[in-house]
Amino acid sequence: MLNRIIIAVILMAIVTYIPRVLPMVFVKKRLSSRFLRSFLYYVPYAALGAMTFPGILYSTGNISSALIGMSVALVLSYYEKGLLEVAVGAIIIVYLVQFMN
Amino acid sequence: MLFPKKETSEVERPYSKRNPSKHQSDFGTDFGSGLQKGIPIALGYIPVAFTFGLMAVSGGISPWIAILISLTNLTSAGQFAGARLIITEASLFEITLTTFVINIRYLLMSLSLSQKIIPETAFIKRGIMSFGITDETFTVASLEKHDISFGYMLGLISFPYGGWALGTTLGALICSVLPKALQNSMGIALYAMFIALIVPSAKKSRAALTITLIAVALSSLFNWAPYLKQISAGWSIIIATITACIIGALFFPREEV
Repeated sequence: MLNRIIIAVILMAIVTYIPRVLPMVFVKKRLSSRFLRSFLYYVPYAALGAMTFPGILYSTGNISSALIGMSVALVLSYYEKGLLEVAVGAIIIVYLVQFMN
Repeated sequence: MLFPKKETSEVERPYSKRNPSKHQSDFGTDFGSGLQKGIPIALGYIPVAFTFGLMAVSGGISPWIAILISLTNLTSAGQFAGARLIITEASLFEITLTTFVINIRYLLMSLSLSQKIIPETAFIKRGIMSFGITDETFTVASLEKHDISFGYMLGLISFPYGGWALGTTLGALICSVLPKALQNSMGIALYAMFIALIVPSAKKSRAALTITLIAVALSSLFNWAPYLKQISAGWSIIIATITACIIGALFFPREEV
């Protein structure tokens, strides 16, 4: 079991490093495929979107507190608060909501 | 470029050289300048890494494995997803593929930085620099006016790496002491950070907003629709991401990326 976890960690490290290192080491020119460049451009948005929702609903053990936390995070980031403020703001709201229940 | 942050204005560099390739690289100066730029990133990482340590250990992963993950992966989304899959005893293939797909975005960032580093930078130095590419270090580095040197990048990634490890260690060790209600509340930190990364960019670009919403719709579909909901969370992220990006590339192709 432990060995399996360590193998998983090593595999994760390898597949995290590969996309970081390959272009840096080998690519000297701009990619010419517009499709591929556009595809890559949208990856962060799509990946973060898919990872956030609906995952966020199950992140606090209580869907209603998660929804309220998500709303607060959306509002704070709409007004371009920093990462730390948005994260701490959402944590505090979720904590208060759970405390009141 | 991907995630414009408020610090943008501070990124104006004292270097006045118009031709960036002529920038004289001094390791000490560059390293110091990088270190300084890394401090705010490191401060932002501590609570998120703390949450990671907390999440991993409360899910049954031992503290030293959680710290090992942070030291070897140095990535938020990928290692959260990977750790969650380890906890649910997903297959090694699923863990690897999910982590990889989540990290595909680094291809673009690395590609973009590869155009910006001093061309003579040695192979091995490029290999070391690229380990520290994250959403945040990439954003700061790519906004620099001058070419990126090995010293600068090394400086830039030092504090964030330390902060990531420190936060994870604290979260992993404090886990059992914190009241359950607070532990639960901290579960939302990573997602709140994702939202803080996407929303400011998405509100400036209709295409980016559309692609984000398509991905959200698809992953919701895989979560709730009959039959489709049998697909695991890992695969649902992969399929939703790739589909949304293909739609983006087809309907909103970028002129210059």
